[in-house]
Amino acid sequence: MMKVWLEYRQRVNASIDEFFIGLYEKFVSVVYGFGQTLVFTHQCARYMFSKPSRFSNMIQHMHFIGNDSIIIIALTGCFTGLALSYQIYIGFNLVNATNLVGPTVALGIFKELAPVLTGLIVAARAGGAMAAQLGTMRVSEQIDALEVMGVNPKQYLVSPRILASFLTLPLLCGAFDFIAIHGSELLCVNVLGLDSAIFWDKIETWIEPKDIIEGLIKSAVFGITFSAICCKTGFYTSGGAKGVGEATNRGVVNSMVWIIILNFFVSNIIRMYFTIAEAL
Amino acid sequence: MSTAVEITDLRKSFDGGNTFILKGINLQIPKDKVTVIIGFSGTGKSVLIKHILGLIEPTSGSVRIFDHEIKHMSEDEVIQLRCKMGMLFQHAALFDDMTVIENVMFPLKEHRPELGKSEIRRIAEEKLIQSGMEEIHFNKLPAELSGGMRKRVGLARALSLDPEILIYDEPTTGLDPILTEMVDDLILSTHRRIEGATSIVISHDLNAAFRIGENIVMLDKGTVLMQGTPQDFLNTDNKFIRRFVDKGIRRE
Ligand SMILES: Nc1ncnc2c1ncn2[C@@H]1O[C@H](COP(=O)(O)OP(=O)(O)OP(=O)(O)O)[C@@H](O)[C@H]1O
Ligand SMILES: [Mg+2]
Repeated sequence: MMKVWLEYRQRVNASIDEFFIGLYEKFVSVVYGFGQTLVFTHQCARYMFSKPSRFSNMIQHMHFIGNDSIIIIALTGCFTGLALSYQIYIGFNLVNATNLVGPTVALGIFKELAPVLTGLIVAARAGGAMAAQLGTMRVSEQIDALEVMGVNPKQYLVSPRILASFLTLPLLCGAFDFIAIHGSELLCVNVLGLDSAIFWDKIETWIEPKDIIEGLIKSAVFGITFSAICCKTGFYTSGGAKGVGEATNRGVVNSMVWIIILNFFVSNIIRMYFTIAEAL
Repeated sequence: MSTAVEITDLRKSFDGGNTFILKGINLQIPKDKVTVIIGFSGTGKSVLIKHILGLIEPTSGSVRIFDHEIKHMSEDEVIQLRCKMGMLFQHAALFDDMTVIENVMFPLKEHRPELGKSEIRRIAEEKLIQSGMEEIHFNKLPAELSGGMRKRVGLARALSLDPEILIYDEPTTGLDPILTEMVDDLILSTHRRIEGATSIVISHDLNAAFRIGENIVMLDKGTVLMQGTPQDFLNTDNKFIRRFVDKGIRRE
């Protein structure tokens, strides 16, 4: 009896150990990956403006990230505006404050939904493509070939992508803002029977330019985030077609998680900045 | 005789030291000569030349090129060095978003932009024709080419900058006998045309090795089995090498 009990205890102890060791290893690998991505981003940022210029490459990437995403951004923006304003209308109707539906929707969209949704959508679309493309180039030795030709692959492949994402995301976010708020107006005025003039007047009273700017800055940060993560996983792919698939998957998932985590911190930093700037 | 590449006690393991692909290679590759590296499939020939190019870091040992250790060079110095090197990859490694001609023009655009567009195009076309490509294929994408054609485009791209160190990883595998001879001749004529050129050719084809090689290195299981002139190889007493040599020569 005693022996069985002891064995049982040992097994339990071992599995508890295993659990915590696994947790620790996971933690270490996350921290390690985070550091690697930071170093990678730093290196690529340094090459951004070094010679030879990759301006035309960057424009191509901007076209791919921006122009080809605009339809799906517009669609998402429109329906987000519709859904959000309907929910908020129902709530505000209870307390007879339907006049304030406009600014509340606008605030939610400009500061949170537009940058986060733009970031997530573009991360899935363009980020996945970046990781897959760089991964394929890695496993078919094209990145090695670049290196052998004396072309810095980070400067040629990665820097223009990161810069293009950084520049394009605020534009997409602005488009999202515009379409979402007009979608909201459409619903509020035509279906819910609010007055158009009051809708815009209240928005003008309550929304400041800095609210819109906050969203645009956040989207730029998300642009760097997803492009750096996806390029890094693609750049260091190994193991053939299977490796490319895994890298793409990992790149997209990690970008999405980091966008949502960073969203909280960047909002606070920007708010802090505005508070300090106003106080001075 | 001066050395272009000097490899001392090079060891490489991909799995943290359990199995070694290269097990202590000592090798001197002379300048101004065509060196042919032969050996069975999977002995680590491609891995060895990737060390010479600095694409793989050695687990231990050193690789020195023109008396400079790659490990200790800064990134800019490595790029400088690589401008003097041309490499044909075993699987060609063409850029699949560029057409054939753009692939060959790419190194020129990067390193000799002062030549101007039309001159760069002319050089690229010349190199492609020398490598046996026909003009109708110039605007195709690599995905639309056969394996042998890709290899020839890769060859043209490797030669486009007239590099001092030319490295060919199995330039003729997958080509028919006539093209094989043409490519071998191209390797030789390029070698003679560029002053002070060092050529390193990996090959399975012993006939070609004896025809173009002035210095032959035989690798087996991650070590250098023998290094010498073609004559040395024909006269060797080593049974293992004899077998490889006899088989190779009898095949044709
Ligand atoms: N990146 C890598 N990771 C792990 N193992 C590798 C890697 N590259 C090569 N190897 C291993 O190294 C060994 C030698 O490979 P290498 O490509 O150098 O052979 P090779 O001599 O060029 O053969 P072949 O004549 O068929 O091209 C092989 O067993 C291969 O499995
Ligand atoms: Mg090989």
